[in-house]
Amino acid sequence: MKAGKDKIIDEVTQNDYKYGFVTDIETETAKKGLTEETIRFISKKKNEPEFMLEYRLKAYKKWLSMKMPEWANLKIPEIEYQDIIFYAAPKKREDLDSLDEVDPELLNTFNKLGISLDEQKKLAGVAVDAVMDSVSVKTTFSDTLAKHGIIFCSFSEAVKNHPELIKKYMSSVVPSGDNYFAALNSAVFSDGSFCYIPKGVRCPIELSTYFRINAANTGQFERTLIIAEEGSYVSYMEGCTAPQRDENQLHAAIVEIVAHKDAEVKYSTVQNWYPGNKEGKGGIFNFVTKRGLCKGENSKISWTQVETGSAITWKYPSCILKGDNSNCEFYSVAVTNNFQQADTGSKMIHLGRNTKSTIISKGISAGKSNNSYRGLVKIAKKAENSRNFSQCDSLLMGDRCGANTFPYIEARNKSSIIEHEATTSKISEDQLFYCNQRGISTESAIGLIVNGYAKEVLKKLPMEFAVEAQKLLQVTLEGSVG
Amino acid sequence: MLNYYIVDMEKKFLKLNDKFNKQTSLFNDLINLFEENKNQIFKNDTKKISEVRKQALEKFSKSELPTLKHEKWRDTDLSKTLSKNYKYYFDAEENNSEIGKTFKCVVPQLDSLSFTFVNGWNTFESELITLEDGIIIGSFSDAMKKFPEIVEQHFAKTFQPEKDFFSLLNTSYAQDGFFIYVPDNVNSQKSIQIVNIINNDENIFLQPRNLVIIGKNSKLSLIHCHDSVNQKNSFTNSVTEIFLNENSNIDYYKLQNLNNQSTLLNHTNFYQNTNSNISSNSISLNGGLIRNETCVEIEGEGCAANVYGLFLMDDKQHIDNHIFIDHKKSNCVSNELFKGILDDNASAVFNGHVLVRQDSQKTEAFQSNKNILLTDTAKINTKPFLEIYADDVKCSHGATVGQLDNEALFYLRSRGISENNARMLLMYAFAAEVINKISIEPLKNRIDDMVKKRLRGELSVCDQCVLHCGTPEKEIDFEIDLSKI
Amino acid sequence: MLLNIKNLHVSINNKEIIKGLNLGINYGEVHAIMGPNGTGKSTLAAAISGKPGYEVTKGEIVYKGINILGMSPEEISWEGIFLGFQYPVEIPGVSITNFLRAALNEHREHQGLKPLTGSEFLSKLNEKKKLVEIQSKLTNRSVNEGFSGGEKKKNEIFQMAMLDPTLSILDETDSGLDIDALRIVANGVNTLRSEVNAFLLITHYQRLLDYIIPDFVHVLYDGKIVKSGGKELALFLEKKGYNWIKEELID
Repeated sequence: MKAGKDKIIDEVTQNDYKYGFVTDIETETAKKGLTEETIRFISKKKNEPEFMLEYRLKAYKKWLSMKMPEWANLKIPEIEYQDIIFYAAPKKREDLDSLDEVDPELLNTFNKLGISLDEQKKLAGVAVDAVMDSVSVKTTFSDTLAKHGIIFCSFSEAVKNHPELIKKYMSSVVPSGDNYFAALNSAVFSDGSFCYIPKGVRCPIELSTYFRINAANTGQFERTLIIAEEGSYVSYMEGCTAPQRDENQLHAAIVEIVAHKDAEVKYSTVQNWYPGNKEGKGGIFNFVTKRGLCKGENSKISWTQVETGSAITWKYPSCILKGDNSNCEFYSVAVTNNFQQADTGSKMIHLGRNTKSTIISKGISAGKSNNSYRGLVKIAKKAENSRNFSQCDSLLMGDRCGANTFPYIEARNKSSIIEHEATTSKISEDQLFYCNQRGISTESAIGLIVNGYAKEVLKKLPMEFAVEAQKLLQVTLEGSVG
Repeated sequence: MLNYYIVDMEKKFLKLNDKFNKQTSLFNDLINLFEENKNQIFKNDTKKISEVRKQALEKFSKSELPTLKHEKWRDTDLSKTLSKNYKYYFDAEENNSEIGKTFKCVVPQLDSLSFTFVNGWNTFESELITLEDGIIIGSFSDAMKKFPEIVEQHFAKTFQPEKDFFSLLNTSYAQDGFFIYVPDNVNSQKSIQIVNIINNDENIFLQPRNLVIIGKNSKLSLIHCHDSVNQKNSFTNSVTEIFLNENSNIDYYKLQNLNNQSTLLNHTNFYQNTNSNISSNSISLNGGLIRNETCVEIEGEGCAANVYGLFLMDDKQHIDNHIFIDHKKSNCVSNELFKGILDDNASAVFNGHVLVRQDSQKTEAFQSNKNILLTDTAKINTKPFLEIYADDVKCSHGATVGQLDNEALFYLRSRGISENNARMLLMYAFAAEVINKISIEPLKNRIDDMVKKRLRGELSVCDQCVLHCGTPEKEIDFEIDLSKI
Repeated sequence: MLLNIKNLHVSINNKEIIKGLNLGINYGEVHAIMGPNGTGKSTLAAAISGKPGYEVTKGEIVYKGINILGMSPEEISWEGIFLGFQYPVEIPGVSITNFLRAALNEHREHQGLKPLTGSEFLSKLNEKKKLVEIQSKLTNRSVNEGFSGGEKKKNEIFQMAMLDPTLSILDETDSGLDIDALRIVANGVNTLRSEVNAFLLITHYQRLLDYIIPDFVHVLYDGKIVKSGGKELALFLEKKGYNWIKEELID
């Protein structure tokens, strides 16, 4: 029995990261390191209007005066910013009009990742913005969406074509000096996705951005901005992978969501950046600021995330509940194995009356990894009759990993109710034997039990993602029980 | 001879906040003060104790004065209390022993021995007392003289955070406090009551240092009270170290009833050996700023640590309960339950940190913090932390913030109970969960009364004696008959 | 012979529980093992199904001609041995439907069969549900989570029906059942009972044997089978209790 388990552990820990390949493609990069020159180079490369350059330089100055945050329960090695390439783009012809003009190597890459950019072979009703390294490669279905008045394009295009929206909303949720990594992103961000849903429109298809890091020694700094006007609805998905490399790569992104009166935004992420090898070498440092603003009454934002990748994850999708009766949900499964570290959770800031938030977090730690939930629930004095419910469960697999829960609860009025619950458990020998006795091998049994444990979160994902996420959980964890 | 200094916190504190001049003269002044009064502080020390103090002072000089920027202090603001001037005495004030004789904190029907400290100094007539069953009780300063080896073996041997400004300050300066030594195999039926009274004409800064050692298979009930008898400012920085040997037990009660001008920083460190049990219960009824820092180090298997607390705060009072339970060994259980009711502009902090280390398998750790806010100006910040590195464990935590249940309130009122009484009844019911954990019946009844009175707002009105304790009173009960509900 | 246990010795934490047990079961037979608490009945069931921690120190368990000692629990399951648990474990979040589909398909894979399609699986599920009078909504719930004692046991019989084992060992399946549930469980067993399978019932009381008539009854005492007989032995035990066995042994 023991030997059998060891065998499974070996198989799994040696399980190769499926997306670890590198695309051989000509890349145009900025010089290594970060100076004012780098920022001017990026801005010029992108033909940006003056206001963007000013915005970047202001953020850069702020970043210089800031310090790397140390409060997270993470061991972050020194990051040498002067060794990072802050801009890398697959070389391409001028503006792409049809798919034929996209480098076949690139198409191939995304095909290999299961993302078809060819609208003929469309992914069941999903519009995709594919981002490789620093730039958006191709956005599908833009025309179809345009008929509804929906704008879905790369961030760079939005800067060019919709500067008024960018000026109005960029940094309205995450100020450029919000935190160290947000400031860094604001200074050097290269591309990302932009999405605008006009008043009263229900977006007919899922929108999705697929992020891919390819070039070596580069950082990826993209930003996403989603604006949902009054009474609109959109479901948005984000996926990410990176090649397998020995050095760590930095990813510092910003996502901002604005939901106006009666609008609803669902944001789903399956994060599968390269996690490093089983000795903890390599992998992506994932420092992301995601925040939504429930601006109008009855607005709703929901975050769902499945985090299986990255060497280090530092990420707290949050929500400011400003409109009365607004609602925010956060559903998360975070899995860490081998030497991965994750410090992730959510912040719910209740400002409006009768606002409601829900946090469901399921952490799973295996190997020698460390998995922390960190959350803040803050109910302001004026947020009368507000309600929060948080549940943060941890599942431990093996005795060399850590599972931590750090909730911060701050209440400032007498009519609100906050409840927080947390439990820590492991997969019991009895559960495994029961499954075994029915003929289910240990490997499958763990997958089954973990998926059951994470079910509450997985069922919140759009269909296309849920299946992928389930498989991912199984692959990441199979045989981790020793 | 009265030997005191004025510690001018104000100027230095402001300077400290200036980040370009971090380690400023407060440290230098405090260290100079230490140098000047070395002879007085070291008076009863053995060589080893003096050495420990010097090391603590060395670390102290490298520590930082806690401000809101420190994670552990982000919700408790000391700047106001530290901006006052305090007198620091290196000797007992002679005229103070009288109050020690007149002030009594009598718990009716409780078989106890009471010892009183005034402004941090003992008021005992004799030095160390040895009870029939061999228990030794007395002042910490006398214990250093009489039992140097026991004190050396235990002094500053519990959890000593490297950079903890106040506990290091206490270790460097502390001169007096209580000392209790329970030999092996003693199961004392008598409770020991330690009463700390603050009776001052001017603002004072005091640093009691207490040491409790419980031998193998022994049991101790200890009641530790903090009271103030007038409305002057005070700053108490107290450290209590409690050692539990194999199979020993402690029932420890903290009763805190201080005026609104007082600051109490109360460190309690438990050190648990195999199969020992602690039950700690802190009842905080009044105080300007109270911070209870309780640390439990579980160093043996089969231990149980029960840490409970109740706080009822109003006005601008602030209470901060920091609990750290360090599960270093397997097969141990810890339980935390803290409940609080906050009225007016009161604020509270709960920070419960449970650490289960890698090889501490079969640990069970439960943590719960429940709060009721009665007004929109009361504040609560709660942080129940779990940090777990072993997999075969059962751990859970929960925190709630809410109000009195309106349904229940309506139910009671529909049965003819006035709104006021109904509210009180519900508040009392909320608090009772903690009160019921008190295992000494007379003490439980007494605290029960005090809580009821506190809920009616009766306690804080008296400025002569906060407790009304001098005369045992008739039992207080609600006007309504509970049995009819 | 389907199952042949020879001189079996089983220890848990170095404490010997089964002390030289012999038992033979042929196709088409129903055996009942009875005995006072703590004599090793459940240990026997666990040892046959390969539960970790149950160390066989001596003897062998030959099933379909092969010694199954040292096989993993799932391998034993694939070979067609089913254990109905005395205390079925709860698995939160895993629906019975998903659980059984995973189990059934691993069985089929082992037999070299293709996995069942969704609709094939569902029709099998519905067919077997009727057998144990299980309510539809039960299969959408998580495995055993929040089940009453009776529901748990019915769920075990339902799983047995789904997996179609050759040898079913039912460990105290009757405990905690009301008379209706007991009848349903017994009906399930009686319907499945055939010439190509066999049952080993472990029970403390004779009650179950009113509904499932055994071919053989064995009395387990202190880790050994001390008496064997027909169904009349069960009735005798019911009347006389277990004390006479002790006395008989002493004599």
